[in-house]
Amino acid sequence: MKTQENTPMTTNTHFNLTARCLHWLMAVMILAMLFIGVGMMTSLHYRLWLINLHRPLGIAILLLVIVRLINRLRNPPPSLPANLPQWQVLAAKGSHILLYVLMLALPLIGWAMLSAAGYPIVLFKGFNLPAIVPTSPILYAWLRDAHSLLAWLLFVVVIGHLSAALVHALIYRDGVFSSMAKGSKHHQ
Amino acid sequence: MSHLNLRSKRTWLALILIAIIATTLISAFAWTAGWIGKRQTTESLVMEAVQPFPAGFRRAHGKGICYVGNFRPNKDIMSLSTARVFSQPNIPIVGRFSIGTGDPHAVDSSTKTISMALLLTTDDKQQWRMAMNNVPYFPTHNPEGFLAMRQATAPNPETGKPDPERVARFLQEYPEAEKFLKMTATAAPPDSFANSTFHSVNAFLLVSADGQKQPIRWMMRPHEAQLSLAETKQQHTTDNFLFDDLRHTLEEQPLMWDLVLQLAQPNDPINDPSQPWPQDRQQIIAGTLQVTSVVDQAKGACRDINFDPSIVPAGIEVSDDPILSARSGAYSHSFNRREREIGYGKATDAVGKQEVK
Repeated sequence: MKTQENTPMTTNTHFNLTARCLHWLMAVMILAMLFIGVGMMTSLHYRLWLINLHRPLGIAILLLVIVRLINRLRNPPPSLPANLPQWQVLAAKGSHILLYVLMLALPLIGWAMLSAAGYPIVLFKGFNLPAIVPTSPILYAWLRDAHSLLAWLLFVVVIGHLSAALVHALIYRDGVFSSMAKGSKHHQ
Repeated sequence: MSHLNLRSKRTWLALILIAIIATTLISAFAWTAGWIGKRQTTESLVMEAVQPFPAGFRRAHGKGICYVGNFRPNKDIMSLSTARVFSQPNIPIVGRFSIGTGDPHAVDSSTKTISMALLLTTDDKQQWRMAMNNVPYFPTHNPEGFLAMRQATAPNPETGKPDPERVARFLQEYPEAEKFLKMTATAAPPDSFANSTFHSVNAFLLVSADGQKQPIRWMMRPHEAQLSLAETKQQHTTDNFLFDDLRHTLEEQPLMWDLVLQLAQPNDPINDPSQPWPQDRQQIIAGTLQVTSVVDQAKGACRDINFDPSIVPAGIEVSDDPILSARSGAYSHSFNRREREIGYGKATDAVGKQEVK
């Protein structure tokens, strides 16, 4: 059961502390962000409050995902269990790439979309970000649709990721979940 | 062991648990998005008065005209607010005059509500967007009340008039709306943009350098000389008399409005746009708006601007008036729909193209 014993000593069995902290912090931020995003487009009473949260939280996610990507490139993640079926390995790798692409793209598209509409991009009161694309209804139409479509896709991928992680944690119990949940005993 | 042992009870319990977690999250998301449940959303505030709705037009106040001009502030206001709009000597503006009808091709006499919208951009890149009506206050204290009023006052298809019983039931729940319904029923229809006063309706806060917050409402009050302008004009029988009048007047002279701030006293309600503050509250002129020319809305800069009144510069804050939040949501949906149509090339007369039939 313990795949750690089967893997060579040179390979790490757990994500490093930076990766684990960023993962769980961003998990909370992204899930909150998805709910804030749809909530501010429907709520009769809390829109202004939600939208003031949406912009700085989005920029925070953008900055954190850059840090996270650098950390991941410098510290390769633990390998998946050797006996995992090929399709599951592909699904895991593919969804991780998709998650990174979406975490980067959504804040950037949101920023560009507000620029295209000519809105002030208020990070906090008195501090606006510069526009990154010119104002244009054509750009706005495409970016606005892309922003919500990709947000829905991110929600679907997050649910899939969470469900798969729970399958590893509760059914396979193969160390995949604990590689993100806690540190390796040898290195703690 | 990376395979599912389907004979194990434990596996099934775990799968059920995972399914419950995923379904709960998906349902919560669908509810937040307004897809399930009977929650009223800002989408329900957006009404399309004609079907199919002509592509590229605003869903409310669709008939309008763009204008440009400038704003010169009264620097005394700098003691009340740090906003750059009160210190920059001359601020270029874009805006829009419109009538409060759902159909963008309606005749000008179809409504008593007319509006002035405005975007001020100062040299520090801060923006102040306003959307003002000639009506001084809002019918109800909250957006649910506005939706209820729309339902209650909708004409009965048989009689063509609102059902008095439904109106009475609505007024029982929202008694504050009575004065609004009376006022709009008895008000004289506007005969000119130039002689009309436009109101912010919602309350905002001025923030001074030392952090003091002064709740305000404001109005754009026409200059004295403009009050008699409409009287000299021809009878108001043409379909576009309000816009024609504006165009003709501006060919001869610019039009001016004073931005008049009304300062609230400590106990005046700032979260209820249906309650105007007493007339004797202090009023100060915060600057003068000069409208110099108009441009057809299909070609003017105002076409692609969302005049969301919740967008205020540093030095001005929104109040917790619930209508402000609801207006912001409704305007955003309207903006997204029409920009989508314009951006994807579906709009015709909204962007000045000949309609292909």
